[in-house]
Amino acid sequence: MLSYLVRRLLVAIPTLLGVTFIVFSIVRVLPGDPAQAMAGVHATQEYIERVRKELGLDLPMHVQYARFLGGLLRGDLGRSLRTGLPVGEEVWTRFIPTLELTAASLFLTLILGITVGILSATKPYSLYDHASMFLSLAGLSMPVFWLGLMLMLLFSVRLGWFPAAGRGGLRHLVLPSVTLAASSVALVARFTRSTLLEVLRQEYITTARAKGVRESRAIFVHALRNALIPIVTIVGLRFGALLSGAVLTETVFAWPGVGRLVVDSVSARDYPVIQGAVLVIAACFVFINIAVDLLYGVINPRIRYD
Amino acid sequence: MGTLRRLIRHRLALFGALVVLIFAVFAIFAPYIAPHDPYRFSLAKKLQPPSSLHPLGTDELGRDLLSRIIYGTRVSLMMALISVAIGLVVGVPIGALSGFYGGVFDLLVQRGVDILLAFPGILLAIVVVAILGPGLWNAMLAVGISFIPTYVRVVRGSVLELREKEFVEAARALGTGSLAIIGRHILPNCLAPIIVLSTLQLASAILWASGLGFLGLGAQPPTPEWGTMLGRSQVYIRAAPHVAIFPGLAIALAVLGFNLLGDGLRDALDPRLKGRF
Repeated sequence: MLSYLVRRLLVAIPTLLGVTFIVFSIVRVLPGDPAQAMAGVHATQEYIERVRKELGLDLPMHVQYARFLGGLLRGDLGRSLRTGLPVGEEVWTRFIPTLELTAASLFLTLILGITVGILSATKPYSLYDHASMFLSLAGLSMPVFWLGLMLMLLFSVRLGWFPAAGRGGLRHLVLPSVTLAASSVALVARFTRSTLLEVLRQEYITTARAKGVRESRAIFVHALRNALIPIVTIVGLRFGALLSGAVLTETVFAWPGVGRLVVDSVSARDYPVIQGAVLVIAACFVFINIAVDLLYGVINPRIRYD
Repeated sequence: MGTLRRLIRHRLALFGALVVLIFAVFAIFAPYIAPHDPYRFSLAKKLQPPSSLHPLGTDELGRDLLSRIIYGTRVSLMMALISVAIGLVVGVPIGALSGFYGGVFDLLVQRGVDILLAFPGILLAIVVVAILGPGLWNAMLAVGISFIPTYVRVVRGSVLELREKEFVEAARALGTGSLAIIGRHILPNCLAPIIVLSTLQLASAILWASGLGFLGLGAQPPTPEWGTMLGRSQVYIRAAPHVAIFPGLAIALAVLGFNLLGDGLRDALDPRLKGRF
């Protein structure tokens, strides 16, 4: 297990290097003069030169990349063109809210998705099953930003139950996390249903039932344990979708997270911040995927990492 | 024939195909179907609720919302088709060559795909837009580029399986060149996963392109793009909820249509693909 972890981390190194190279390139492949593009159309020549110097755009490319990596290792991602603050600081203060939002959504996905899926699988082709499977299909097709607007319209504009925007207590978290979780809940519910139905057809379930095991025990103890492995995999793989959805959800609800920071920085052409925020999200995603891989082994001891 | 019969018997897929067909008709015949000019504004009539003259109401500039949504079908379907085409044209050959030849080339391609897939979902498209600048064409290109890794992966997987088959060996024994084997024998056998993937990608393309529009990074006003329309609607959500409701409904329906059709095609063409998409 330990050697597997080490190997996975080693394989992640070229991927992460590639990610840093792409992020590094964002600024360098801007059409025309990158310094001019970053400074904006109305910038003075003096300001353009300052941007060029600050980012070292006048140096040879490999020196620039080496400097970029060196800065990265020291946690130095440059300064925001908009606020002048260090990028690391800007990204970090925005990172916690995003973590809070995705964690809450992941929690909802696990609890709601698996519960709805189990209930559907225990009563397949019932009215409940059809209704929940249709709802989940709708959940998968709805654009996350529109769902957010509709929930906002209903629960904050009309009913006044939850605040429409911003971050604060638990009440602020409800609408954004439900919005972000919706498509994942739908996917996990459908997946749980089909996986559990497949397991319930296995012979050892028939054996358990024949022995006179209560149906609830057959489902929850015998079947669910084996169905759980692929389900957890899917939940883990949803993390990327959640990070991606957070970009849109945070914009709808004015949630001060990293996703919104990316969007705002793209609109403001604040390239150092774009680089920092994108890098953090991608690195996070790479490590989460490794963690999900390791989790299989914990749930299913039959999997050997060798 | 078997495939078509299976598809028709699949009721949900048929429903999906119908939805897609209706949107296609909207897109092609937009000028004849739309009751008003989607660009003509009249500030005196701004943010009106639905009425007999304007079935879905008017937007913040007094433009007819129904007409804008109908014309928006054109924009969204075109964006979806072109971005999927970009993913297809670039991704399929790379995936096929990578799977067929293997070796160092395959290794490099796969690491490249790993790197691109490290940017989850819409983030890769946002990175591309950050470089190229916002706009309809750039958004299309961005979504197309972010589809490439998926095509490479799927096609490579199919080719890996196929290249060991006897008919490939037979072709090689007959002296057929590698490229001819790929083009004439392998790719035609990869059609099922490619068709299924493309249908499902059309759904994703509509979601992502409208997402970029919503963020202000895609099609720019006054283009009647569904996501862009939604982005502007948020400001008026209290006074005029209809401006936020209807464009999103159009997106959801179109995405649902392509998803159902894709699911049905998968079951009809090759049920073994179920675990892969």
